[in-house]
Amino acid sequence: MNGVHDMGGMQNMGPIRHEPHEPTFHDRWEGRVYALSRVLRSRSGLWNLDAFRHGIEVLPPVDYLRMSYYERWFAWMLTTVVAAGDVTQTEIDSGTPAAGAPRMAVLVTPEAVSSMVDRRGSARRDVAVAPRFKSGQRVRARNIHPSGHTRLPRYVRAKSGVVILDRGVFLFPDTRAHLRGDKPQHLYSVRFSARELWGEQASRRDFIHLDMWDDYLEPA
Amino acid sequence: MPESQKSVGRRGFLKTAASSAAGIVTGAKPGSGHAAPDQDHQAIPSDLTLRVKALESLLVDKGLVDRVALDRIVDAFETKIGPRNGARVVARAWVDPAYKKRLLTDASTAMEELGFHRHQGEDIVALENTAKIHNLVVCTLCSCYPWPLLGLPPVWYKSAPYRSRAVIDPRGVLKEFGVDVDADLEVRVWDSTAEIRYLVIPERPAGSERLNEEALAALVTRDSMIGTARVRLDVTEVPA
Repeated sequence: MNGVHDMGGMQNMGPIRHEPHEPTFHDRWEGRVYALSRVLRSRSGLWNLDAFRHGIEVLPPVDYLRMSYYERWFAWMLTTVVAAGDVTQTEIDSGTPAAGAPRMAVLVTPEAVSSMVDRRGSARRDVAVAPRFKSGQRVRARNIHPSGHTRLPRYVRAKSGVVILDRGVFLFPDTRAHLRGDKPQHLYSVRFSARELWGEQASRRDFIHLDMWDDYLEPA
Repeated sequence: MPESQKSVGRRGFLKTAASSAAGIVTGAKPGSGHAAPDQDHQAIPSDLTLRVKALESLLVDKGLVDRVALDRIVDAFETKIGPRNGARVVARAWVDPAYKKRLLTDASTAMEELGFHRHQGEDIVALENTAKIHNLVVCTLCSCYPWPLLGLPPVWYKSAPYRSRAVIDPRGVLKEFGVDVDADLEVRVWDSTAEIRYLVIPERPAGSERLNEEALAALVTRDSMIGTARVRLDVTEVPA
C-alpha cells in the first residue's frame, strides 16, 4: 500500500530529535500497551507480526502522523481485540465483561513471561524452495503497487541493484499479513547505489541495502 | 472512588479510545499527559493513561490477561534487555578477533555464546564499521530494530524525520548526529525491510588499547551500534 508509513526519501519531516538518556517508556501507559501487545500477539491468526504491521499502516494517514508510536499500537489493539473475538464492541463500550460471559483462558501466565520474552518465532523456514536469483546477479525491483501490505518500499521500485547474498527462505509478508498463506521464498540482500535511487544529487560513495523477497524482483 | 463511578469512568474512556481507533476526531490535547517534550510533532491526548488502563482492566476481567505478566514484560525491557547487551558483544569482538570473525559470519550463534537468546535476534547480522566503510541502520517502513541486543528503539529511530531521510541523505543525517564522514568513505545504509536485524560494530577508538573488555563495553553507546555515532574514549553512556 502506498501509505504514509512508506517514508523512505520523503522530505520536510523536520529535524531528528535526539533525546539524551531516553527512558525505555516515557509514560507508564506506553509500557502497558507494549506488554499487552506482546501478550495478545503471542497467538497467531489476526495477531501475526505482518498483520500487526499492516494494522498500523492502515490507520487513517492523518492519525498515523499525529499519533505517537505506542498510541498507534493502542489504536490497532482496540480494533483487533474486537475483530479477533476477544471482546465484543458492547464490552468495549461498557468497559466490563458481558453478564454471563465465560471466563477466558489466560494467554500468558507470569511464569511464562521469561520464556516468551526470550523466544520469538523466526520468519525463516527450512523448506526446499528454488531461488530465482543468485549472488552477484543484477536485478530490478518490480514496479508494482500492491494495495495491501508489502515490504517493498516505493523508493526502490523499478530501480536496479545487485544481489549480494541469498539469506535463505522466509515467510512472505504480503500474503501473511492478510492471512492468505505463508508463501515461503528466498530473501536476498540487494545493494543499490544511491545514484540509481536518487540521481546526481547523491554521493557516488553511498549505497542502500534492502532485504527483498523473490516476488519483489525481476532480472535486470 | 465508588465502584459505580469507576465503571462509568472506564466506559467513557474506552468509548473515546474506540472512536479514536475508528478514525473519528476526538479533540486531542497537544502535549499534555506526556512526560517528555513533543518528540515527533505529535499531540498526545491527556487521557491515554486512563484509556489504556480501561482496556487492560477489561482484558483482565475477561480472564485473557494476567496483570503480573504485564508487569514482568515491562520490567524485562526496563531493566534487562537494553544496549548494554549489544555493548558486551561489541567489546568481545574488539578484544577477540576469532569471536569477531564468528560474529560477522553468524551473529545469531555468536551472541548466544555470550548467553543472549535468539528472540528477534534469530536473524541478526553484524556490520563492521572501518576506516573505509560506515554502516547506518534504519527501518523506513516501521521500527525494526535488533532489540535483544539494543532493547526497544528510541523515539527518534521510529520517527518520520529519521525514517524518511536516512536513505536519501545519510551524510546529512550523520552530520546532524555530529558524525563527520569523509567524502571518500563509503556509506552503507541498511533498510530493515525483512526479519533480518542489523547490529553495527563500531570502530574501536584509538588509544583504547590498554582498556579491558569491561571498560571497553562501557564506552559503546546505543547510537554507535545503530551507526549514528562513533565510539569516543571520553564519553561513557549512562546505563538506562
